Amino acid sequence: MAHVLVFTEFSQGQLKKSALELLSAARKSGLKIQAVALGSGAKNLVDVLGKEGVDDAILGDDAAFDQYNPELFTEVVSNILNDKKPTVVLASSSTLGRDLFPRVAARLNTGVVSDCTELEISGTGEVKVRRPMYAGKCSAEVAFVNSPVQIVLMRPNQLTIEPSAAVKTPAIEEIKAPVKDLKTIIKEVVKGTSAKLDLSEANIIVSGGRGMKEAANFKLLEELADVLGATVGASRAVVDAGWVPHSMQVGQTGKTVAPTLYIACGISGAIQHLAGMSGSKVIVAINKDPNAPIFQKATYGIVGDALEVVPLLTQEFKKLLQQ
Amino acid sequence: MKVFVCIKQVPDTETKIKIKGDASGIDTAGVKWVMNPYDEFAVEEALKLKEAGKATNVTVISVGPKARIVETLRTALAMGADDAIAVDAPEDLDPSTTAKALAATIKAEGDYRLVLTGKLAIDDNAASVSQMLAEHLGVPHSTAVTKLEVSDSSAVSEREIEGGAREVMQLAVPAVIAANKGLNMPRYASLPGIMKAKKKVIKELTLDGLGVSAAETRIHYQNFQMPPEKPPVKMIEGDAATQAQTLVKLLREEAKVI
Ligand SMILES: Cc1cc2nc3c(=O)[nH]c(=O)nc-3n(C[C@H](O)[C@H](O)[C@H](O)COP(=O)(O)OP(=O)(O)OC[C@H]3O[C@@H](n4cnc5c(N)ncnc54)[C@H](O)[C@@H]3O)c2cc1C
Repeated sequence: MAHVLVFTEFSQGQLKKSALELLSAARKSGLKIQAVALGSGAKNLVDVLGKEGVDDAILGDDAAFDQYNPELFTEVVSNILNDKKPTVVLASSSTLGRDLFPRVAARLNTGVVSDCTELEISGTGEVKVRRPMYAGKCSAEVAFVNSPVQIVLMRPNQLTIEPSAAVKTPAIEEIKAPVKDLKTIIKEVVKGTSAKLDLSEANIIVSGGRGMKEAANFKLLEELADVLGATVGASRAVVDAGWVPHSMQVGQTGKTVAPTLYIACGISGAIQHLAGMSGSKVIVAINKDPNAPIFQKATYGIVGDALEVVPLLTQEFKKLLQQ
Repeated sequence: MKVFVCIKQVPDTETKIKIKGDASGIDTAGVKWVMNPYDEFAVEEALKLKEAGKATNVTVISVGPKARIVETLRTALAMGADDAIAVDAPEDLDPSTTAKALAATIKAEGDYRLVLTGKLAIDDNAASVSQMLAEHLGVPHSTAVTKLEVSDSSAVSEREIEGGAREVMQLAVPAVIAANKGLNMPRYASLPGIMKAKKKVIKELTLDGLGVSAAETRIHYQNFQMPPEKPPVKMIEGDAATQAQTLVKLLREEAKVI
């Protein structure tokens, strides 16, 4: 029987929003749903997975999974897929998903499509996906060929979450990390300075460019982001100038993002920047220059000084959200 | 020890993209082709390893239509690579087939310490080939690498992970390393380098010769579309305070995103 297996990422005991999006898409197909969760606390997800309509939960509540190791995860996830033989695998096109699933696909001799923005799963498990190509200048449908398991990696924030109608009691299967001599060892993780969502998952992004004038003014963007629950991004110009780290860069040689709302402050809108964010649902551009190319991609435009407008926006949003 | 670098030729970002009449792909006429920017970091890192005495030979490999990819291979030779291999293949080879072709090429060449690639190619942004290649070679991989130390038995990579965190990963060699921005500053080809590269013989292989067939295809891009027309931008007038107020109102009431 055709069925869908969802690889659900979670952090601090909560399913990520991307996982809820994938589960919603899986429910829509009407097919049986299996979910895999790996890491300490996975067992505590059973109830929420049941509420999300999951039939079988495969849970690796093992600290060995807390830090992603490509070799270990490839082994474990490939074994699960070989065992369960799902028709469709849904995972997030996250840092982890993008690293892991191409290798899993190679091991299983099956197909994987990353960075998908549209997804339909038929009642018989046929998959229709579309993804941006050439930095969003066009898009293509992707057909699976000779793929017993169709692995789809979805960009976060693309699928709407429909509430789950039926609460289920998932059948639980527990797994442990195999004890193995690994050729890949994680030596150290240096945590980022930001407690906010990763750019690639953020629903709202406040992004700054050279028009912010100096590094210290990024504080204005942080303040706006705090009010909105947003993540701060940047153009390459300010990354290269050393104002902010590369992990904050949006664009062709930075992150590809597609939030619901992208607020570009003092960013000209060079093609390499647009390549990373033109998939955003609503784009706001604040720029001094009425002819800045960013306005051609924007939904709303403000011609003005970002250093003046941004703090006013922060105040306005604060007022609105306090109501 | 040998180091391989896998490079892809991609349309320059500035190039206008047009879709073919039958929507089966892009019209490549008039496209300006360049080396994938992430692959430049991979080539540079290999050259640095050679300069540091940690590699004896740098061989670049590219898979794609021979007539055009030789140009990118020559660019890598001009930067300082020792040898180049062109694997002739159709325009739209999928990641699975590409990875199999690269693996077959590398296996046929013999011993190596490292394979370097870019973390993704900016044309289809699939970020798949490096990990698939590592799987076919049976070696560990590390992607999005911003720092690399190589010794006789291991490679230590630093990679960017979520939320601006960095991870230090130790891999037994041989290994596949996918380069990210920040790893180094790619050099420009020197004039003598360019002259020397012109004289080098590029080894030419075919998919058939490597025993890789069309049956390896796992995904197929089709029905290309241009993005839907965006409605024109709504400019918000008034002084800064009015603009801020109006914008917040529009985001809540019209766009409904707040
Ligand atoms: C191979 C390659 C890859 C690249 N990859 C990326 C990438 O990944 N991401 C990326 O962003 N770029 C990338 N670039 C660089 C890109 O071409 C641009 O140079 C860069 O995006 C410009 O950044 P910016 O908009 O901050 O700066 P600028 O282009 O200098 O624009 C600054 C803008 O701020 C406005 N401004 C000035 N003062 C104010 C003020 N007080 N208030 C409001 N507005 C003001 C100006 O009108 C101007 O429009 C890449 C380039 C190349 C060649």
